[in-house]
This record gives sequence, structure tokens and C-alpha cells, in this order.
Amino acid sequence: MFLATAKEFLAKEYPLDRIRRPDGGEFAGFDRAWWTSAADLGWTALLVPEELGGGTISDDGTRDLALLAEQLGAGVAPGALLPTNVVLAGLVAAHGTGPDHTDTIGSLMSGESIATWAVYEPGAPWSPHRPGVTATPVDGGGFRIDGTKDRVEAASQADLLLVTAATPDGTVQILVPATAEGVAVAPQWSLDLARAFGTVRFDGVRVDAGAVVGRPGDADVIERQLQTALVVQCAEVCGGLTTMFDTTVQWAFDRYSFGRPIASYQALKHRFADMRTWLEACRAITEAAAAAVGQRTDEAPQLVSAAKVFVGERALRILQDCVQIHGGIGVTWEHDLHLFLRRATVDQSLYGTPDDHRRRLADLADAAEHAESAVSAALREAAP
Amino acid sequence: MSPTESVEAFRSRARSWLAAAMPRLDHDAPQRLPGDDDELWLRARELQQKLYAGGFAGICFPKEYGGLGLSRAHQEAFTEESADYEMPFLLNTPTFSICCATLLDLGTEEQKRTHIAAAIRGEQALVQFLSEPSGGSDLAGLLTRAERDGDGWVINGAKTWSTSAYAADYGLCLARTDPEQPKHQGLTMFLVPTKAPGLTVNRIRMVDGSTEFCEEFFDNVRVDASAVVGRVGEGWTVASRQLFHERNAVGGGSPYVSGHGIPPTRPVGNPFTIARLTGRADDPAVRTLLGDVIARSIVDSRLVARVSAGIAEGHLPPPASSLLRLFHAECAQNREDIALRIAGAGAAVGEASGPGHVGVAGLAYLSRQTASLGGGSTEISRNIISERLLGMPREYAPDRGIPFNRIKRGTR
Ligand SMILES: Cc1cc2nc3c(=O)[nH]c(=O)nc-3n(C[C@H](O)[C@H](O)[C@H](O)COP(=O)(O)OP(=O)(O)OC[C@H]3O[C@@H](n4cnc5c(N)ncnc54)[C@H](O)[C@@H]3O)c2cc1C
Repeated sequence: MFLATAKEFLAKEYPLDRIRRPDGGEFAGFDRAWWTSAADLGWTALLVPEELGGGTISDDGTRDLALLAEQLGAGVAPGALLPTNVVLAGLVAAHGTGPDHTDTIGSLMSGESIATWAVYEPGAPWSPHRPGVTATPVDGGGFRIDGTKDRVEAASQADLLLVTAATPDGTVQILVPATAEGVAVAPQWSLDLARAFGTVRFDGVRVDAGAVVGRPGDADVIERQLQTALVVQCAEVCGGLTTMFDTTVQWAFDRYSFGRPIASYQALKHRFADMRTWLEACRAITEAAAAAVGQRTDEAPQLVSAAKVFVGERALRILQDCVQIHGGIGVTWEHDLHLFLRRATVDQSLYGTPDDHRRRLADLADAAEHAESAVSAALREAAP
Repeated sequence: MSPTESVEAFRSRARSWLAAAMPRLDHDAPQRLPGDDDELWLRARELQQKLYAGGFAGICFPKEYGGLGLSRAHQEAFTEESADYEMPFLLNTPTFSICCATLLDLGTEEQKRTHIAAAIRGEQALVQFLSEPSGGSDLAGLLTRAERDGDGWVINGAKTWSTSAYAADYGLCLARTDPEQPKHQGLTMFLVPTKAPGLTVNRIRMVDGSTEFCEEFFDNVRVDASAVVGRVGEGWTVASRQLFHERNAVGGGSPYVSGHGIPPTRPVGNPFTIARLTGRADDPAVRTLLGDVIARSIVDSRLVARVSAGIAEGHLPPPASSLLRLFHAECAQNREDIALRIAGAGAAVGEASGPGHVGVAGLAYLSRQTASLGGGSTEISRNIISERLLGMPREYAPDRGIPFNRIKRGTR
């Protein structure tokens, strides 16, 4: 019901033609009113527990969020699903350990305000625990923030920025209102036609101690945000992949060459078989990652990274194969394929590239004393 | 009826039993070189007997045939718990995951009670006599024939590429019983003792030096009527089921195995050990490769879980097991490729005495393609996926519907 409503709502408000913008104009952002309606449909309540006013239809908000993201991905929808839910995941994870942000959680859930995670910095790779932006403690409590963030999703539309910054006590996350004095937002070019990013400069921005989320040096909250971001990314890519794979299979039945459908040629049948296998694997790992994050199991860090490695790269291979099988039509602005390819390319690049997550998996395997069992699982082989 | 033991209770019982009864694996033991592996077979049977004596054998096989009648989740729990112990992996495939699974589905009551139970007790190994020198992919085109002789049958012909036949007691042998019928219809499956008079088994040396491959010559081999599996003339039904179990097994999806380990008969490069031994474990490029191996193995196991559940619950048709078969081959090849890359020159020229853990990457690389040939080639898996899962047009086959003895054949 929840998903069917989401689907209907998306198809009505953001059909692909609106995203493609045949006029070639710039994407300035999504409708605020539209986002408020999305929040009314429950898109921002999934990760928030009932005692904080949230809720979800099943008992597993992460799973529901993944299913919703899949719907959004199936139509390359715009919106603040990832940024706002990532911030909410952080606020919920930190709840009770630092200053109280119950009101903020409420206003994000109602869609009244939009938040985003400002974690990347210009020229730097994915390294959330080594921010260059500084938060210097000031007399009388509070901080002074200096530095620049970039690749901040929906930066120009966000009311609140959750900023990672270095303090003498380790990395801290601070909620900064976009209207605070000394904050300057500038738009960035984005490959995704339905998603805007920006840089944010912090020039001696003053916040009080109550703006801190959790405690300085608390890596768990950042990990939780990362896991949420990866689940949303992978799920929405799975949604888009399914749409485009199905479209391409149908195309192979309809398109004739040398008197027979191209679906009858083994060279293409075999590529479809590979794609079908990878698609199933993308769904399998995404579903497993979402379940692990939802249930907070010990394997969640490994599963989200494995999902990012696999979905991040295979999605692109599958989509490029879909382009190839469409022939010339596949490389036109008019065809839908590039909209999905853009989204999948952006998703594979952000919150750690597949290679970043490969190294993270190697680190996690070292950290877990069970490296040997990871190894024996990796070497599993059944010889006939 | 007693209530089924919970997975968690079973797991903790298995944990203490394993610690008390099974030998631990030594991860740093010198790499075994291929060669005479009879003792490994004795060892596997011994280990299976230990599992049986301890009450942990045949976890997913029904009780009436000597198993425990428990769920896949119980087997998974046992697999996890047993990861650090020596296990009888040689018996996994084809004995349990293919042959016993097929007998369970289509064998006679007597065959199930006799053979499945004996295998679970560690007293019998079963193998597959399917492929022939004239072709493996085109299995139904086989030439080995069985002719009626009174109550029984007489088999003549040749089989090849049969894994572990030298160490087995029985082989599931597909033979042509009616050459007047189209090729899929005149076939019958037999359960043939490997020591039957007239049956010669030779070992074939493989590229990596191992000798688990065999070829067999059938020279007037007599079997009883009770050797027929399924019905006379309906061998293709049995073979199809067997091939399903085979794809599932090589894809890692079979619930009938004692864990997901590698049998010790073949050299395998371990990228993690190699990284450590070559002093490259901290090199970021090497760590990226190791992370890739881990990622794929995690994805592989989640794919197995999803597809197995999908088939069991009916969301996916049985041919979906080919997804597992195809993906598993890709993962295995990727792992060999990565082991080779990390080993560097150590894969080419090694220690004085032999390849060691690093050089083994070179040997294992030579047999890289076994993962995509054994268990039916990945090309055939791709045909199955595109034709039976995606409904794409079938490949043209000029031999369809024609009596077998009128079909054109290649020269081999
Ligand atoms: C490690 C290993 C273990 C094995 N164990 C056993 C065993 O225990 N028992 C047993 O009976 N057999 C066994 N086999 C044999 C195996 O099943 C066959 O090797 C396999 O089915 C391929 O048959 P073939 O070798 O005759 O190749 P062929 O059938 O001659 O095929 C040659 C090539 O052509 C391709 N090809 C063939 N037909 C098509 C088509 N229609 N479309 C596209 N490509 C095609 C194949 O994929 C292959 O690449 C084993 C093989 C290996 C490698």
C-alpha cells in the first residue's frame, strides 16, 4: 500500500520526461511542496522510532526505506530521500548521547525542513574520519567552524547541514543552519539530471554546543549514516536496473535483424544471461545488506561494503550493455537509458567508490579475528 | 513425533561436539601436491563415519534414509561451526549433492534405503557416468548402449571426465536403450557398480597434475533390472533432475553437503596467504584485490540464499539454479586471477622443493576453466537462463524429433 502510493505519486509528479528536460535546461531542484507531500506519505518517518514520532509499516524501517528507494530508482526520482534519511539515521543513532535534537527530527519528518550530510571536501576522496573542516571550541561553549565541503547533495535546498569537522577530541558532527552567518552555498555541476549538489563554505561560522550531534570521536554514528546511505544507493540502483533490464529484454524481442528477433542470437542471449545473473546478485546483496543494517547485525559493515562494491560496478556494466543492445537509439538524449546510467554512475561514485569499499573490506577482515573464515568462505569451491 | 531441535540448540550442540570429536584444520600446513590421493579418500570416509557416529551426518536427508531430516538452516549452522575443522568435502560432490539427491527424488525405495544410507554412514561413494568422448554438452547424444539380457541389461560403450570414479563404489550411468527413438526418449539411467566385471576405470592426469578425472570402458557389463533408476526409456527425466542438482551443487546451492570447503585433491591459490607470504598484505593495490575477493564471496553466498529460497518458495523456477552455477564460476575464476596477480613472479618460479603456497597460484591458474566446464559448461547455463528464465527463442537443433540412429554426427 505504502509502496503503491509512492509509485503512483512519483509517476504523477515526476515522469521521466520532466526529468529529461527536453529543453536541456538546468535542474534547479525539486518542488518544496512536493517534498512536503512525500514526507506526508511517510518517506521521512521510516528510520525514526515511534517514541520520537516516527514509524513504519513493517518492523524494519531500513527494509522499508530500501523498498521505497527501489521505487524511486525505478523512475530516477529527485528529492531528498537519501540526504534527509541519512541525517535522520545519524540523529536517531546519536539520540540520548549528546544534545537533544528531537525538534529537528520532527521538522525533518514533517518535510518542513530538509537536511543533508556535508561530509566530502574538495579534492579529497571518501575519508569521513579525516575532515579538513575544523570546529574550534570557543569560550563559553560552542564552536567556530572553518573550511569547505563539497558534493553536498541538495545543498541549495537544505535548511540544515550535518557537517563533519575536526576537533581536538576527534571528529564531531554539527548541525548548522544553512542561513547561519558565514555559510556560503554554491551549486556544482552534476551528472545526474535530477539531483543537484553544491559546495558549502564555512567562514568563522559560530554554533553553540547544542548543535553537536552525539559526542566527538563517536565513529558509530557516522558508520550508521554511511550504512544508510549505501543501502539507499544500492536499492535505488536495483530499481533502475530492473526497469532498464526489462525494457531491454522487451526490446530484444521486438527488434528484428536479418529476419529474426535479436533475442534469438546466442551472442546476445548469453549477455542477457550474464546480466540476469548479475541483476539477481545485485538484488540479493542489497536485500541482505538492508536486512543486516535494519537488524544491526555484526555483519552490517561488511554487507553494505560488499553491496557497494558489487552493485556499484555491475550496475554500470549492465546498463552499458543495455545501451549497446539498443544500438544507436541507446545513445540518444531522448531514450531513457542515460537517465538511469547517470543516476547509477553518481551512486557508484559517492560515499566511497567500489575500490574504497574493497579496501574497507580488507581492513574489516583484518580487524575481525575471523579473517580465516572470511578466507575460507571466499575460497569455497564445489568441484563436480 | 518429537519437536525439531531449534537451529540455535543444534548449533551449540554441534560446536561442542566438533571441538571434542573432529580434527582441527591447520591453515599453515604445507600445500599438498597432487598425486596419489587414495589416502585422502580413506580419510574422507573416516571423517564421514565420525560425523555419522556423532549424529551429524546427512543433516538434510530424511530420517528414513539415514539422515537427520533437518532444515537447510540447520545445515548452514553446522557449516559455519565446522569451518575450522577437517571435513569430508570429497564426498560432497558428486556423492551427496548430486547422486544421492537424484536418488532421493527419483530412485526406488530400495535404492534410497541402500545407497543414500550407506553414503551417509561413510561406506559408499557415488559418481556420475554421463559425459562421453563424443560430447558432454550434448548429453542426450550419447552412444553408450544398454541391451536387455533376460531380466538384466548388458552395457557397452565409454564414458569420460568422471570425477573421482576410481574411488567410488557406484556410478549413475546414462545409456541408450532404444536407438530407434529420438535422442531424448531412448535413454535409461542405471546404477552401476564400479567394480563390475567388464568395467575398466582409468585415471586421467589433469593440467594441474591432479588425477581425479577418469575414463571408463564398458565391455559387456551386466547389471540387474534393479539397477534401473526411474523408468526404462525415461532416463532423460532422471538425467535432467541430476543436471539440476549438479548445477545447484557447483553453484554452491545444495543443502546436502557437509559444508562449503575445497576438497584437498586439487591445488588452490589462497590470495590471503599469498599476500602474507609475499609481504604484500599492506600494499593498497593488493588490499583492493583482496577486498574484491571478499566482496564477491559475500555476494555469492547471498545469491545462493536468495535463489535457493526463491526456488523453494516457488518465486523462481528450478532452472534458476543456473544463475548460481554461472556466478560461482565467475567468482572462482576471479579468485584464481587475483591469486595469480598477487603472487607475481612467485607463480612462475618458486621454492627449490616445489611450488609452495605461492607457486600453487600458478598451478591453480592452469585449471582456471574447470570452474566453468565441470557441472556443465557456462555456455549451456547461459542458454538455460536466456531460454527458460527469459523465454528467448531456443537454439536451432537439426536433430530434434529424429530417430537417434538417423542423426548426423561429428567425426570424434
Ligand atoms: C572438473 C570437471 C569435472 C567433471 N566431472 C564430470 C563427472 O563427474 N561426470 C561426467 O559425466 N562429466 C564430468 N565432467 C564433464 C563435463 O560435464 C563436460 O566437460 C561438459 O559438459 C562439457 O562437455 P565437453 O567437455 O564434452 O565439451 P563440448 O560439449 O564438446 O563443448 C565444447 C565447447 O563448446 C561449447 N558448446 C557446446 N555446445 C554449445 C552450445 N549449444 N552453445 C554454445 N556453446 C556450446 C561448450 O560450452 C564448450 O565450451 C566434468 C568436467 C570437468 C571440467
